[in-house]
Amino acid sequence: MHFIFKTRYEQDIALFKHAGQRFWYSILVIGLLAAPWLLSEYSLSQLTFIGIYSIVCLGLMLLAGFTGQVSLGHAGFLAMGAYTEAYLQAHGWPFLISLPMSALVAGITGIMVGLPALRVKGMYLSIATLAFGFILEEVVVRAEPVTGGNAGRQLGPLTIGGINFDDGVNFYFLVIAVAVLCIVGVLNLLRSPTGRAFVAIRDSEVSAQSMGINLSHYKTTAFALSAALAGIAGALYAHKIRFITPDQFGFLQSIELLMMIVIGGLGSIQGAIFGPAFWFIVQQLIVTGKDWLPPAIGQQTGLQPTIFGFILIGIVLFEPMGLYGRWLKVRTFFEIFPFYRKGMFKRQKSYMKSERMK
Amino acid sequence: MLQFLQLVVSGAAIGCIYALIALGFVLIYKATETVNFAQGDLMMVGGFAGLTAMSVLGLPFALAFLLSVAVMGLLGMATERIVLRPLLGQPAFTMLMVTIGLGYLARGLVTMIPYWGTETHTLPVPYKDEVIWLGGQNGLVISVEHLAIIIATLVLVTLLYLFFRYTRLGIAMQATSQNQLAAFYMGIPVRRVNMLIWGLSSAICGAAGLLLAPITFVHANMGFVGLKAFPAAVVGGFGSIPGALVGGLIIGIVESLSGFYLPEGFKDIAAYVVVLIMLVVKPNGLFGDNLTKKV
Repeated sequence: MHFIFKTRYEQDIALFKHAGQRFWYSILVIGLLAAPWLLSEYSLSQLTFIGIYSIVCLGLMLLAGFTGQVSLGHAGFLAMGAYTEAYLQAHGWPFLISLPMSALVAGITGIMVGLPALRVKGMYLSIATLAFGFILEEVVVRAEPVTGGNAGRQLGPLTIGGINFDDGVNFYFLVIAVAVLCIVGVLNLLRSPTGRAFVAIRDSEVSAQSMGINLSHYKTTAFALSAALAGIAGALYAHKIRFITPDQFGFLQSIELLMMIVIGGLGSIQGAIFGPAFWFIVQQLIVTGKDWLPPAIGQQTGLQPTIFGFILIGIVLFEPMGLYGRWLKVRTFFEIFPFYRKGMFKRQKSYMKSERMK
Repeated sequence: MLQFLQLVVSGAAIGCIYALIALGFVLIYKATETVNFAQGDLMMVGGFAGLTAMSVLGLPFALAFLLSVAVMGLLGMATERIVLRPLLGQPAFTMLMVTIGLGYLARGLVTMIPYWGTETHTLPVPYKDEVIWLGGQNGLVISVEHLAIIIATLVLVTLLYLFFRYTRLGIAMQATSQNQLAAFYMGIPVRRVNMLIWGLSSAICGAAGLLLAPITFVHANMGFVGLKAFPAAVVGGFGSIPGALVGGLIIGIVESLSGFYLPEGFKDIAAYVVVLIMLVVKPNGLFGDNLTKKV
């Protein structure tokens, strides 16, 4: 275990806590850069999806995991990004401008959702975002001149500065670059006063407020940023899929995004990447593994939801910190071997934290 | 005018279904502060249970109804015991996620069960496709399916009222939902009561599923109707039992009217528009108590 003797204040907020982290993350970056030559075309495409979903999950993590505001309509923001990108691209905007525009449009939608959300909290907020998600899906269906309605909308080929990004490898690099930028951005945000305010609001709104944190300002900011990240991911998603229809952004999508971050580990940036990675890998395993199962089980369409449902319930019951929490435990086990104790990460039995007033 | 009345009646029938599911939410929420996102899916399982009882076991409708409501009650209690109780005292988000997981799981599992599957089934109720004419040939047409829903809801709600008012268990449940700790000190086995509340709530949902089945058929995604019960519960004030009923009726009627008088597409989102307006104007709902949190 690394015991860091801090001698400077900067060490407290450094992105890399020690040389070991710097080393391992560099290896990861090199691995990602080398991936196109190591992986098959199909695996690379899956990796691109993981990158795109990591960006959405990062946004949702910022909102749910760090600010404590649950959104059940996040697919709506994804849709805003995707359709903005599709619309602007069709009108000849270059990608480098239309991508920030998608983020902006989604972000503004986020503010619009966030503002009424300030009046409500907890479960009411989840229901408000749920309602918003459904309304937005319907708006997308009805706004046919812009979105193409239920028939869907096709995207043209993606070129930036004369380079064609439609080919898998180039697009993969684009996604990875955007994802890394987003992750670094969120990491920086979280060590700034804004990020600290988010965490304070998550832990206790009353005490955050009494420390002088303007709740409405920070909650709206959280919604806007989270939605903007979803917008960026939506734009990339639109280019990856190349054909977008409203039903890709329905309620189930919102639920699955939430499931990803809970499986990954709520309240950790790593969790926002572990979640989608795990999701896509397990999905792949199910697809390859189902031929081995008896046809009565293997060929069922319900197999995948069943497995993911069990995984989610299992994670919530036995590993509340998600995959990232499991990883921490395994790491700690080896780092302090043989002194690991069973209760080191035990969650405390807390009394019911009541939202009620009595 | 007749048209309007017609719409109100059919809206009220669907509204009763929302009300029953919302009642399920409210019971669980009041007792355990868990928002049960799987409520609609419980309803779906109830529909399938009734279908199995009628088509496979060959029971008459009334018997199948009672049997599947009982089965649903047991299922609800088992869910509470196995999944929810270990999480007692965890933050609301954890509970929310676990119920979302349960719903997701239920939708998947149901399609894997032989005979249930992904197809759409028809529940062979005896009163299928029958109508009653009120006020002669040009009067109000009420389909028996709608009438059955409305009457059954009224009966159920009356029974629930009597149960909460006069039985020991009902009063114990009220006490638990008002203040768990105080109830525990008074000798009420709070955990067991919570389990029974889950059973009760899930039995109500089972009944709702069976009542809805003749109208929407029985299929794996039937539970999405349950999502509209959230607006119903919020409009009535989450945590209020008469509120759930009124909220459900409001949502049902608004939905039915907007489907006819407003452009296409408004029907599906009417419930959500109403709830957003309600949250902005009066977040505590029509019957909710207006209290603020103390530190």
